[in-house]
Amino acid sequence: MSGYNFAYLDEDTKRMIRRAILKGLAVPGYQVPFASREMPMPYGWGTGGVQVSAAVLVPEDVMKVIDQGADDTTNAVSIRAFFQKTAQVAVTEATGEATLIQTRHRIPERPLTEDQILVYQVPIPEPLRFLEPRETETRKMHALAEYGLMHVKLYEDIARHGEIATSYAYPVKVADRYVMDPSPIPKFDNPKLESAAIQLFGAGREQRIYALPPWTPAVSLDFEDHPFEARKAPGCCGICGAEDSYLDEVILDDAGGRMFVCSDTDYCRSRVAAAEDAA
Amino acid sequence: MYVAVKGGERAINNAHAWLAEERRGDTGIAELSIEQIREQLALAVNRVMAEGSLYDPDLAALAIKQSRGDLIEAIFLIRAYRTTLPRFGASEPLDTGAMDCDRRISATFKDAPGGQILGPTFDYTHRLLDFKLAAEGGAPEAVSEPADPMDIPHIASFLGAEGLLQEEAKSDATPRDLTREPLSFPADRAVRLQALTRGDEGFLLGLGYSTQRGYARNHAFVGELRIGKVPVEMEIPELGFAIEIGEIDVTECETVNQFKGSKVEPPQFTRGYGLVFGQTERKAISMALVDRALRWEELGEENAGAAAQNVEFVLSHSDNIQATGFVEHIKLPHYVDFQAELELVRRLRREAEAAQQAAAPDATQPMVEEPAE
Repeated sequence: MSGYNFAYLDEDTKRMIRRAILKGLAVPGYQVPFASREMPMPYGWGTGGVQVSAAVLVPEDVMKVIDQGADDTTNAVSIRAFFQKTAQVAVTEATGEATLIQTRHRIPERPLTEDQILVYQVPIPEPLRFLEPRETETRKMHALAEYGLMHVKLYEDIARHGEIATSYAYPVKVADRYVMDPSPIPKFDNPKLESAAIQLFGAGREQRIYALPPWTPAVSLDFEDHPFEARKAPGCCGICGAEDSYLDEVILDDAGGRMFVCSDTDYCRSRVAAAEDAA
Repeated sequence: MYVAVKGGERAINNAHAWLAEERRGDTGIAELSIEQIREQLALAVNRVMAEGSLYDPDLAALAIKQSRGDLIEAIFLIRAYRTTLPRFGASEPLDTGAMDCDRRISATFKDAPGGQILGPTFDYTHRLLDFKLAAEGGAPEAVSEPADPMDIPHIASFLGAEGLLQEEAKSDATPRDLTREPLSFPADRAVRLQALTRGDEGFLLGLGYSTQRGYARNHAFVGELRIGKVPVEMEIPELGFAIEIGEIDVTECETVNQFKGSKVEPPQFTRGYGLVFGQTERKAISMALVDRALRWEELGEENAGAAAQNVEFVLSHSDNIQATGFVEHIKLPHYVDFQAELELVRRLRREAEAAQQAAAPDATQPMVEEPAE
């Protein structure tokens, strides 16, 4: 696209973002403020992830973009097209072939490798926000590692519901220091946060970047007598039969008929292809 | 059979094509030109320039045309363009005392040097639809007189000379740039004013109004409202001195507020300040009210707990591009999270039902039907 720099952002802006990313990698789980730019797509639609991707993208990258686990949801299509237009990078839907994956609200089922970077779009980076709306207060709480409020919230859940009633954006403690919001991934995905890949989190509107270097411990908060449990809908995928993947529910008719299918469309497709090859 | 409720590339392209057709409307009707929008919808252009933080009437007019008249969308287009522009430097501070005023009124003095100039205002029009405009525009001409070349002094300077108006702290420090640094708290007044001047007009109008109705009331008088052209000067490094690079229209509002004094300040008048691109009077007045409300802490006033006093609340929510993006993003797919919630609520209900049946074994009415797998 003429008139714009590679991957849209100017080099000064990319440098500013890269510095925030490096700081984030050096202090895992810490939310680094950065001077987020207006992007040509709306705040709340992945501008943080897009800025992080633009800052780390190189011409040799092969990019994959998913939203809700799928490559063909409208916003994923739009973001992928944005980078095809502004950076002319190769794109793929195959998780294994991608060097850079931008995601909204899922971690791919297929384990990532050390050659891959996973970029998350983050709406609200502050795990304490809904317990304490003031940024001035939450920053203090992080500085002092004062997370009692969060534990009280989780305890109150158990007292009221018999279990922790947080099903997505489930908080983790990173490297035994910062409590971090893993973005609104289902808690089913939390165990996958300890990964070989570099994981970068971008919150554009909230002007924060944070990161997980490879294999950083990210422990889902729980209690000894109420241990964390990754959950998904019971049953298996109606297309590929997978029992180990996160499932979306699809309503089929007016009578309430429904089926469950893999949320990770590439995982599902590759399983179907493998089954056909074997047959 | 599983039918994907997912939009593909083709759906997006078709939607965009349809949008373009709708934007143009009936092709039997003449197309709007950028010049027509700039000249005849000038106040919309002003708002887009102010909240888009880019002074360029032609680009603002283009954005309004492209956005079908949705001004927040137009502001968004301008912001996204503005952020890609290189920075050559910063201008010298504007001297609004040297303004060529089209309008200058004071609500605090009947007359003052420079006089009251009503200018092109809606204020005393009767809001009656002018059906003649529907038929014929015409080119009405107002009587004109050569402008008096005298500088029009700020009303505040008269009160200041008597020591009745609090002096603002003078500083040559370079203010922080909200568009180049992340917003952080506490935010000093320069940052607050930057956020307010590009903040959403409706949001500031509502907040300013709330101060008048008693939520952190600050007894404001419009000391002065002036609208007109001011020269913009910039120091060019190669020259070593400042030269005028152009003129811009701005609206400036200074409110004079009663202040009974506090532990740290004697009884005196204090100010709220609004400065906005273009003729944007409602916004400038609202900005001044909110600015004054946000100053409670430095003036040693009581925090009444009002929204307009809460710096973090006001600054975090005043930007309409951030607000519209996040509010509207909830129409994006959320089925992964919703599925997680569905699973949780179904399980909690099963458990609650089991507990209820255990407590009352006669109860035969199940609370939930098992989902058909």
